[in-house]
Amino acid sequence: MTDLSLSNQTMAGKAAPPAEARSLRLPTQWLGVAPFFIFAIMFLILPTLYLMLGAFQNDAGEFTLENIVALAQPSIVAAYWISIKVSLASALIGAFAGLAIAIAIVRGGLPNWIRSATLTFSGVASNFAGVPLAFAFLATLGRLGLATVILNTVFGLNIYAHGFNILSFWGLTLTYVYFQIPLMVVIITPAIDGLKKEWGEAAATLGATTAQYWRMVVIPVIWPSFLGTVILLFANAFGAIATAYALTGSSLNIVPILLYAQIRGDVLHNAHLGYAIAFGMIVITGLANVFYIWFRTRSERWLK
Amino acid sequence: MKGGRFWAWVVFILGAAYFFIPLIATVEFSMRMRRGVYSFDAYQIVLGDERFQATFMYSVIAAIFTIVLGVLIVVPAAYWIRLRLPQLRPVVEFITLLPLVIPAIVIVFGYIRMYGSNSPLPFLASDVGTNALLVIGYATLALPYMYRAVDTGLRTIDVRTLTEAAQILGAGWGTIITRVILPNVLIAVLSGAFLTFAIVIGEFTMASLLNRPAFGPYLQNIGANRAYEPAALAIIAFVITWGCMSLIQILSRFAPRSANRPN
Repeated sequence: MTDLSLSNQTMAGKAAPPAEARSLRLPTQWLGVAPFFIFAIMFLILPTLYLMLGAFQNDAGEFTLENIVALAQPSIVAAYWISIKVSLASALIGAFAGLAIAIAIVRGGLPNWIRSATLTFSGVASNFAGVPLAFAFLATLGRLGLATVILNTVFGLNIYAHGFNILSFWGLTLTYVYFQIPLMVVIITPAIDGLKKEWGEAAATLGATTAQYWRMVVIPVIWPSFLGTVILLFANAFGAIATAYALTGSSLNIVPILLYAQIRGDVLHNAHLGYAIAFGMIVITGLANVFYIWFRTRSERWLK
Repeated sequence: MKGGRFWAWVVFILGAAYFFIPLIATVEFSMRMRRGVYSFDAYQIVLGDERFQATFMYSVIAAIFTIVLGVLIVVPAAYWIRLRLPQLRPVVEFITLLPLVIPAIVIVFGYIRMYGSNSPLPFLASDVGTNALLVIGYATLALPYMYRAVDTGLRTIDVRTLTEAAQILGAGWGTIITRVILPNVLIAVLSGAFLTFAIVIGEFTMASLLNRPAFGPYLQNIGANRAYEPAALAIIAFVITWGCMSLIQILSRFAPRSANRPN
């Protein structure tokens, strides 16, 4: 007790100098994170805010909703609509195919090297996007592409005569899936690894069939991370431009290509409408990410 | 379970087909340049093209500057947050996720409007400034990956003990970061660096909108004007991505050992 009171006394006696020292040290406390915050504010947050504010201003700098209202013109709505469709289709196809592959390599009883090879390849393929990916698909499913030619000569199936075109909605979706599936595999494999063996055994002990085990244990556990990843894939495809631009030029009118043309040459003849398009993109990917974070926190409960 | 294995093989083979057919087709297409026989003509033409060499070198240098800038911003911040300001972690994590939320085209659009030649900070008024802005833009794109890599690296070492030990031995902050912390998270930093390289090397949107002579716009230009060279370039790009990812995998094998190294 005496010791305690003594130390308390000394603490009290010395209370002033450390507090003074701390107030002197305060700026250096922030020095370590200062470059990060200055960078983030100058080159990430302010430019974005600038565009978002610009979306609500006219040329004179007055507040207006005209730009947002002007987004409702048919060509812009069509661009948003096709962007959403391509992103959603590629995210869903990529998600289900990626989930199937992840389950196959984790639970399917395949040789071990297949698992590690698949994960390595997924790491590569999920980063193989942009312009080169478009070239690869032109060489595969373009009019003279290998797959097109083989389907035509060997199987007698002329896909272009049947309405397929690489420069179309399905062509772009099929191309995006090439980086969506591996991304799904990379993200969802840990979730499937997190399915504990004991749960399967417990279910079996309680007399569950395989179908019941999947329906009542596996799917509820994987569901949040699955949905979360679908949303991430959606946002991933929604902002992408390079692949689409190299693949289709400007023949497929998706939002990023419209914005690209607007930045290059003010094709809409209204600078602030460009801001509004950018604002719309941020709103859509932002909403998607809010849901992603929500699902992510729900899924983390099971994956400890 | 036997049925399960059968379906696993079916899924795997279908997946492998989807991923390998485009690669095989691209290789085949890239070798079709000379009529009737397979040849490496397209690769020769591409690799011998002066613009290929110039733009590729430009992007390599941009990538190196991006990595340096990224390390300078991320390492002190991640270190300091682990050591002194853990309450800032959610804020910083949120900021590092923003580049995944805000599309690259929106970020660069913001730059063009904010840092034009008439603005208080006229980055776009000079060539050097525009190059700097491109590197800055790339650093924002790489921010999520760089931060996660470095933070994971810091998690495996005891930041506080190392710092205090260094301080007792009389080291200043500069020495602590460059000679104690950085060597310990070097593997993690390098992983982030190679991922950054893979992202930056063929980046199209920012380079194109800032009018920089980078590899991405060159690729796009070749794609619009040539037949066989794009396929050769796609294969080259794939090999580069593969190389970066393999290096990260190889490095990750060394990571735990270096983290537990006593000195």
